Parts: sequence; structure tokens; C-alpha cells
Amino acid sequence: MSNATTINMDADPKLAIKAECRNFNFHYGDFQALKGINMPVYDKKITSLIGPSGCGKSTLLRSFNRMHDLYPGNRYGGEIVMHPDNTNLLAKEVDPIEVRMRISMVFQKPNPFPKSVFENVAYSLRVRGINNKSELEDRVQHSLKGAALWDEVKNRLNDLGANLSGGQQQRLCIARALASDPEIILFDEPTSALDPIATASIEELVVELCEKVTILIVTHNMQQAARISDFTAYMYLGELIEYGVTDQVFIKPKNKQTEDYITGRFG
Amino acid sequence: MLESQDLQAIRALIAKAKRWDAFFGVLGILSLMVGVLTFSALFVDMAIQGIPRLDGNFFINFPSRRAENAGILSAWVGTVLVMFVTALAAVPLGVAAGVYLEEYAPKNWMTDIIEINITNLAGVPSIVYGLLALGLFVYQFGFGQSILSAGLTLALLILPVVIVATRESIRAIPQMIREGSYACGATNWQTVRDHILPYSSAGILTGIIIGMARAIGETAPIITIGALTFIAFLPNAPFAGDPPAGLFDWLFSPFTVMPIQMFNWTSRPEAAFQVNAAAAGFVLVLMTLLMNGAAIWLRYHLRKNIKW
Repeated sequence: MSNATTINMDADPKLAIKAECRNFNFHYGDFQALKGINMPVYDKKITSLIGPSGCGKSTLLRSFNRMHDLYPGNRYGGEIVMHPDNTNLLAKEVDPIEVRMRISMVFQKPNPFPKSVFENVAYSLRVRGINNKSELEDRVQHSLKGAALWDEVKNRLNDLGANLSGGQQQRLCIARALASDPEIILFDEPTSALDPIATASIEELVVELCEKVTILIVTHNMQQAARISDFTAYMYLGELIEYGVTDQVFIKPKNKQTEDYITGRFG
Repeated sequence: MLESQDLQAIRALIAKAKRWDAFFGVLGILSLMVGVLTFSALFVDMAIQGIPRLDGNFFINFPSRRAENAGILSAWVGTVLVMFVTALAAVPLGVAAGVYLEEYAPKNWMTDIIEINITNLAGVPSIVYGLLALGLFVYQFGFGQSILSAGLTLALLILPVVIVATRESIRAIPQMIREGSYACGATNWQTVRDHILPYSSAGILTGIIIGMARAIGETAPIITIGALTFIAFLPNAPFAGDPPAGLFDWLFSPFTVMPIQMFNWTSRPEAAFQVNAAAAGFVLVLMTLLMNGAAIWLRYHLRKNIKW
């Protein structure tokens, strides 16, 4: 399986690596959830993580913004290196808050704060010490436009976030993640709680966003991975089985296991 | 397919099971009634006895040797001031302790021991708090038999209630809200200040008021630290007194509170004083009910804007 994780791609001079897992391991207490992951994340591209439940794809995603630091007993091994500054995100001396200021996240279930639409988006800015009213207004508007939500909420900025529909709530969370101009946005199954129409609008949005920001997305939905992502990583039991350009992974998988999963014979 | 005899058997079985159903229903109502009726009877009896006594003078008169001239001025002023000190001490301490235990404390054996101790503290008899306060506040710290000592004693008494209420309402906040905040790059304190406290404030306030409602009726620890049973003056207003002095002189004033005034009157032989006791009791129960009512109202209004 060691050859599965080596990356063999046609050299493309426009591709730059934004982040990179180097022999990355992760333990929940005594349980090793991720084993020796080596994987690049390309700048301003969409990389999707697929695989059956329990394969570690969400664990990998949540390592990028150090969410595991919130809970005791979790251990990282190896490195996740961020470019161009070559920072190892997992290093002890790197504060997880610094990491989360550079890499934002959208969760599986929309989780707007029980605050107004405006304050939900403004919160990302307020934690960065931005409290100037006109600057907040400009940037909130810009983020809501970026999340394709502005036209629907411009007259109800003071409404509770929870009063929006599910799809709107998720776009609100995307606006919140966008507001701080992150370098990477992590999406953890962002459409699994949404209906097909809301799902389509989120997918469209994610594709638009990748012009400006690097995207890493976990999805259960293989069609979704095939539709929107540039690169796909297939994981199984904590290992990266196959990584490559999405078309190659879906049309000509190198690994039999990947092929079985993608064609629905397994998983 | 069922034989008709089987059907008969099933019906008999259901009828038998339903008799137990009905039996428990009746038992439950009876149990409920014992509590509700007893309290109602006491309250109505007290109200019938006491209400005629409740004219304006009852509230603005000091206690007196003559029952018809006696009032609860020093008692209700004392109760209000003691409660004020209690709230001022118990709320910040209790909320801070609760927030620490939920959001900061590492999950280890030390925290477990502290948690068990807090739960146990809630069950310690109030007279024990009185003894502790007598040694610590009255003598060791030299606060004397004062409003300050009484307020701090009751604050200790309700501290576990406030801590437990704080923790429970913090625990009701879904984890995804916390993760959302941390994912934005918030620190622990920013998360507490901007999310945890605002979203749990309804539950915390309810807990505080319920704790205060317990404190307002406490008698034993207050007697232990030496509240007076007969007092015919009020604590000095700020910058008043003889000689005129500071803002907080009233803290060190002798005092009495409502339950002690009641206790004093019930221990008198004259029937007229029993009427006074009933009237004071009615006022005390009303104060408690008002506080609980305020708790319900606050919970309703603060929760209106909290939806996950």
C-alpha cells in the first residue's frame, strides 16, 4: 500500500502546494485513527476526502485546524506543513488559534450562533479585534455576497441566524468562514443535512470559492466529489489508499479497493 | 388467526393491566394532593390570619412590646440588605466557579474530587454553615454580628446551588456552537464571554433566584452568627449616622431578618403576636413566590432568542 500514497501526476507549473501532510499520524488515546498520511493540498483547488464511515477522513480534516486540541487524549504525529511559510501546523510552539485564524471551517450541520445574521458573520472579524462599525459592515456585506446569501438576507440582517432555512444557514456559516479571508476552508460534509436544491447551491458556491481560496472537503457523496473536486483522496481504515486527479481516481483508479468503493461494490 | 377464546383472554389481560394503570393514576394524584393541599392549607390559614394585619403601618413600624404597634420595618430592611450582600458575593463566585469547571478545568481526578465536594456541600445542614461563619466571619475576620457576616454566610450556603445551576445551563449548549466559535479563532475566554455566558444566562439567573429564595427563609445560620431578635433602629444610610461616616457602614450594622422576626413573635404567649407572625409569614412567602415568579419570567424572556 506504500506505493498508493506516492503521488504521480503530470507536472503542471500552475499548481502550487498550499499544505502538505508528511507522514501524519493521529491517535485518539490508544487508538490510532490515522496512519502515515502523505498528501498534498493544492493551492486554490478543491481536494475531496472520500471513504467509508470511520475511515478517518473527518479526523484528517479536523487536524488541519487543530480541532482535536479541544479534547483531551488526542495526539498528532508527523507534520502538516503550510506553504509558502513552511509552518508545521502541528508544532507545539504554533498556537492552534493562529492556525484557526488562517484555516476556517464549515461544519456538517449548520451551526449559526444564536445571534443576528450580521453578528454571525461579524464574529470572525471581532475575534480579530475588528470592531469598527463601517469596516464590519463592509466586510460582512462582502462575505455574504461571497457566500451568495446577500440578496436573500440584506433586509433581515438583524434576524436570528436560526430563522433562516437550512441551506441559508449553511451559507451563513460559509460567510462566517469567509469573512476572515482564510487561506484554506475546511468543509466537513457540508451538505449532508440539506435537501438536493440547497445542496446544489452549496456545491456551486464551493466551486466559485476555489478561485480565491484552497478548499478541502469531506463528503459521503461520491457524485459530489466527482462533480466539484479537482483532486480526490480515498481513505480506508486510517490510511490514504489512493490520491490523484479526480477524473483519474474515478475513471481509472489504480487501486482495486478504490475501484470497489467507487463502483459501490464495497462501503 | 385468533380463536375467539384467545381474544377473550387478551381482553381480560388488558383489563387487568388497565386496573393497575388506573390504580397508579389515583395513587399519583393522592401523593400530589398531600403536598399541594398541605401547603395551600398552611398558606390560606396564614393569609386569613395575617392579611387583616397588613396595613401600611405594619411595614413602617419597628417591633414593639405592644402587638398592635409592632411592625416588620427592621426585618424586611434587614432581609433586603442581607440578600443584597448574598447576591453580590454568591453570583460572581458561583458563576465563575461553574464556568471554570465546565470550560477550563482539565478532566482529571482533582476536578472529580472538587465536583464531588460541591455536590456534597449542597447537602450540608445550614446550621453547620452558621457555626463556620461564627468562627470565621464574626470572630476571625472581625466582621461582628453584622449584615456583612449574614450575607456572606448565606452566600456560602447557596454557592453550590449557583455552581450547579451554572454548570447545567452551560452543559445544555450544544458542542457544535463551541466548535463554531473556536473554529473562528476565538480563545477560551472569548468563547465564554461571547457565547457560553450569553446563551446560558437564562438558566444561570433561574438558579441564582432559586438559591436566593432558599436563602431568604434561612433562620438557623443567621441565629448562630447572632442576629438580634429585637431591634428598633435601621442600619445607617450611606454617609449618615453619628458621626457621619462612609458608604458601607450599614454592612457592619446589627440586624434582624424576616424569619427571625417571625420566630420571635411565635414564641410569645399573647395571641395578638401570633397574628403578627402570620402576617410576617405571609409577606415572606409572598417575597419567595415573587422571586420564583421572576425566575420563570426571566427564563421565558431570555430563552426567546436562543435557538440552536
